[in-house]
Amino acid sequence: MSILVGKNTRLIVQGITGNEGTFHAQRCQEYGTNLVGGVTPGKGGTKHLGVPVFNSVSQAVKDAGANTTLIFVPPPFAADAILEAADAGIDLVICITEGIPVLDMVKVSRYLQGKKTRLIGPNCPGVITPGEKCKIGIMPGNIHMPGNVGVVSRSGTLTYEAVAQLSERGIGQSTCVGIGGDPISGTAFVDVLGMFQSDPQTEAIIMIGEIGGSKEQEAAAFIKQHVKKPIVGFIAGGSAPAGRRMGHAGAIITGAAGTAAAKVAALRDAGATMVESPALLGETMAKVLKKR
Amino acid sequence: MKIHEYQAKQLLKEYGVPVPNGGVATTAREAGSMVESLAGKAVIKAQVHAGGRGKAGGVKVVSNRKDAEAFAAGLLGKRLVTHQSGPEGAPVDKLLVEEALGIAQELYASIVIEPSVKSPVLIISAAGGMEIEEVAAKTPEKILTIPIDPIIGFQPYMGRKAAYSLGLPTELIRPAGALFASLYKAFEALDCTLVEINPLVVTTDKRILAADAKIAFDDDAMYRHADLAKLRDTAQEDKLDVEASKADVNYIRLDGDVGCMVNGAGLAMATMDIIKYMGAQPANFLDVGGGATEEQVTSAFTILLSDPKVKKVLVNIFGGILRCDVAARGIINAVKAKGINVPLIVRMRGTNAEEAKAILQASGLKVTILDSLQDAAAAAVKAA
Repeated sequence: MSILVGKNTRLIVQGITGNEGTFHAQRCQEYGTNLVGGVTPGKGGTKHLGVPVFNSVSQAVKDAGANTTLIFVPPPFAADAILEAADAGIDLVICITEGIPVLDMVKVSRYLQGKKTRLIGPNCPGVITPGEKCKIGIMPGNIHMPGNVGVVSRSGTLTYEAVAQLSERGIGQSTCVGIGGDPISGTAFVDVLGMFQSDPQTEAIIMIGEIGGSKEQEAAAFIKQHVKKPIVGFIAGGSAPAGRRMGHAGAIITGAAGTAAAKVAALRDAGATMVESPALLGETMAKVLKKR
Repeated sequence: MKIHEYQAKQLLKEYGVPVPNGGVATTAREAGSMVESLAGKAVIKAQVHAGGRGKAGGVKVVSNRKDAEAFAAGLLGKRLVTHQSGPEGAPVDKLLVEEALGIAQELYASIVIEPSVKSPVLIISAAGGMEIEEVAAKTPEKILTIPIDPIIGFQPYMGRKAAYSLGLPTELIRPAGALFASLYKAFEALDCTLVEINPLVVTTDKRILAADAKIAFDDDAMYRHADLAKLRDTAQEDKLDVEASKADVNYIRLDGDVGCMVNGAGLAMATMDIIKYMGAQPANFLDVGGGATEEQVTSAFTILLSDPKVKKVLVNIFGGILRCDVAARGIINAVKAKGINVPLIVRMRGTNAEEAKAILQASGLKVTILDSLQDAAAAAVKAA
């Protein structure tokens, strides 16, 4: 078992013929992901990376049975790409694009309410399930290994760091989910934590948050109620100044809830084992697993 | 992107938000004549991007030309140090000269994006003139938050709800509602992340208007607002921050002495955190971005080395899309052009890390290369 993506995934890539789209679609394919096509308006009917290119997502759903899409469309057109995928009835939309205007995302999330489509991201590294050889995103596949730790994070490269620390110690991952660094995103910590709690393969969870917003506090409240599996966590940005956007659009301290200290306290109170240094994630998870 | 108060007021006025009469002066003489034309009583406000101007001596009510010119002369061309500006202060090149208002009541209004409800919200409070964070902490019952559904936009009932909750007199309910609607119109049309009026003033002659105004734009939406780019005042920003924005890398100068260059915002923050955890202070936040080019890495590293406070450098690259060898070449280019006389510690993992290490070693550069984040951070903290 795994969450979100696995052997039943039938992937298309929106923006497959672009530089980034091509590069990453190929990496996903090499990892073992079932890539069934791509979408680039105007290039329908051609083939790229050995799979058919369609003019629209709905055509890709109809002809190739796509149920998941990976979006590499530039920021001005990315909101439209997400809406098109939802309209075509895609189950899972993973949007890598960084820099989508926040008001565009406000409208997109409002439109997705009550629809069956789940959005992951934007501004995220994607989702990977090593045990089912399914990688949908930009993460380096070779640092992952199959196993029983679920990873959920607002960051990209910091997640790779955590995964590498796990794999180095022989601790594999069930699924790793990057929920993205934007203030408005499709999937929150609470959604993924709920899925990990129900997933029989996942035994423990690594959760990596960041300064800004209150998603970690919402997660803490959820953990108290619903998550019985052990969690090891880290919040990035304890040394960041208030009021400055630290790279990610969502990583800005604008209120008391936005500080790393407030988030660490809330998660600790919910029973998570919080580490003060990002270098301690793997080691601490090893200890937590040993105790079980 | 931030703009000045006078610019924010001009923009808000275009969208129908009432603002005080006044204008912008760049010389003491101009300020003096403006005060005269405003019936001899006016408020002069230094235009800087930092808050806390009043307490820092950047705002004054004057009642004649002579006082106006003296106050203006004492500010123009100087730097104003406020609790937000940093010790160097912010340069004062312009003054806003406005009619002095007879204030009956000071209120608060702002629109921001609230991630927890995934929509913009109108925030209002009868406790104006104070920082809203302080009001939220001490008297949260004095704050009303009204979510604005992006599909229906701002509706008149929301304006009435806000106006009535502020306890405004009957004749001001309609103008206040219209003001809030205009505020949202500006917020949406200009892709703002913040529009804040603090204080929102009710005058003794029963007007309601924006006595101060603050706007922040969504940098990610600036591609559709080419006209707003000219409002940027780079003199208000840190010189290295400006260079970083030209090179399209995320750089923020801080107070410590360990310079760091990292790929990815989360890892960049985490690298600062581990430096602090080990007892030192980071000199900066620097995220070269997930898919940086060799040129971007070179610019980023050059900017990092330009900070005289930097006494040692820690590079932490987890290669994914950005290949480690590209980062290594970028670093070598920067060092060749600029030189380096502080210890350099490099940690590289992921895509092409081995090749990158070989390139660095072959370059003749004095560099300590370590594989784990823990060891690299420890070495950087100890280096002297």
